[in-house]
Amino acid sequence: MYEFNFTPVLASFDQLLIGAWLTVRLSFAAMLIGLVVSIICAWGKTSGPAMLRAVINGYIEIIRNTPFLVQIFFIYFAMPSFGPKLSPNSAALLALVVNFGAYGTEIIRAGIESIHKGQVEAGWALGLSRVQIFRYVIMKPALRTVYPALTSQFIYLMLNTSVVSVISADDLAAAGNDLQSATFASFEVYITVTLIYLALSVGFSALFYAVEKMAFKYPLSR
Amino acid sequence: MIRVFGWNEFLVIVVAAQWTIALSAIAFAGGSIGGLLIALMRVSEVRAFRLFATGFIRVFQGTPLLMQLFLVFFGMNIFGFAINPWIAATIALALHASAFLGEIWRGCIEAVPKGQREAATALGLRYYHSMRHVILPQATRIAVAPTVGFLVQLIKGTSLASIIGFTELTRQGQIINNATFSPFLVFGTVAAIYFLLCWPLSLVARRMETRFSRATAR
Repeated sequence: MYEFNFTPVLASFDQLLIGAWLTVRLSFAAMLIGLVVSIICAWGKTSGPAMLRAVINGYIEIIRNTPFLVQIFFIYFAMPSFGPKLSPNSAALLALVVNFGAYGTEIIRAGIESIHKGQVEAGWALGLSRVQIFRYVIMKPALRTVYPALTSQFIYLMLNTSVVSVISADDLAAAGNDLQSATFASFEVYITVTLIYLALSVGFSALFYAVEKMAFKYPLSR
Repeated sequence: MIRVFGWNEFLVIVVAAQWTIALSAIAFAGGSIGGLLIALMRVSEVRAFRLFATGFIRVFQGTPLLMQLFLVFFGMNIFGFAINPWIAATIALALHASAFLGEIWRGCIEAVPKGQREAATALGLRYYHSMRHVILPQATRIAVAPTVGFLVQLIKGTSLASIIGFTELTRQGQIINNATFSPFLVFGTVAAIYFLLCWPLSLVARRMETRFSRATAR
């Protein structure tokens, strides 16, 4: 019978916690930059010229129909042949942003399309500027609509970050890999790492739910 | 001597796609059985079943697929089986698919109006027959589009099996890349093959979704 040995894992638990912090930081950075990309692309897709729309559609379809692992390999290994050579951490962040951007665009677009046309016309009638209409009449209620989808996409993104350890970027999975090769207690290490991921996703779900309850407390008046 | 990325290298990558397809198919078949069980447990009247199914879904949706693969891969050794990437990848992906399909199908079963179940009970149908002849046939119609959508996710997920050493499309690409050093062509080809596998499915799923929402909107 196999004897479980968690002693070396617990002895180096702080390494795993540092890894977890790196994962959280990477996920938030990717989501914040990815959201900017998403909003720009969603704007281009709903009200840009036909050419731009086609480009954005191509981007979304390519990203959504290829594995993240292949995307990160492409950015890390293939991009230097025509572009800059990135460090593993920058390549990981770029890959996550590019990946999140495609899913985020569709989510934001769905939110924008949920805004009734009359609302925008009312904004024009009130003399709001183009930017003001986008900011107050479209974005604010749209974000409320898409908030649940965005947060579950964030959880998905955070779990996806484990793949960046493959190109030796720093995160929780990479911390697990290092600990595994130092202790050879593979199963014990990975079950601990998995439980940390589970705690992160459950914790963030709860946090987002609490934020939703607070931030969107104002009533819907229609 | 560095090999040149030529027609043969291209073909080796294309042929490796069969393992991606095989792994996806087996994982999907296993996941369908597991997913149906999970979905039925999730809507069961027995509390213990519901709790188990909820926990199962929460764990598999709340942890990375890569870690699930690692745990099955290293866990097999602990339970006294020889380490085999094929079997480990199949089991891990089937469990992963069970959880996701279970959650998708739960929603579809719950989308069937409650009156249907009550009518079946009123007609004297017991659990098995009311599920088999009344609820599931209707739930299946709702389930097709999101299930095809998940299949795309599963095909993409099989790429992670390359990390535990299963030679499918992505791993074959890495091997060829190590010999030819032409990452642009190699990973471009790999990405294109995944795209050709997944895109038609995405289109079908989307078309069914719009057709279905139009049909139910009436």
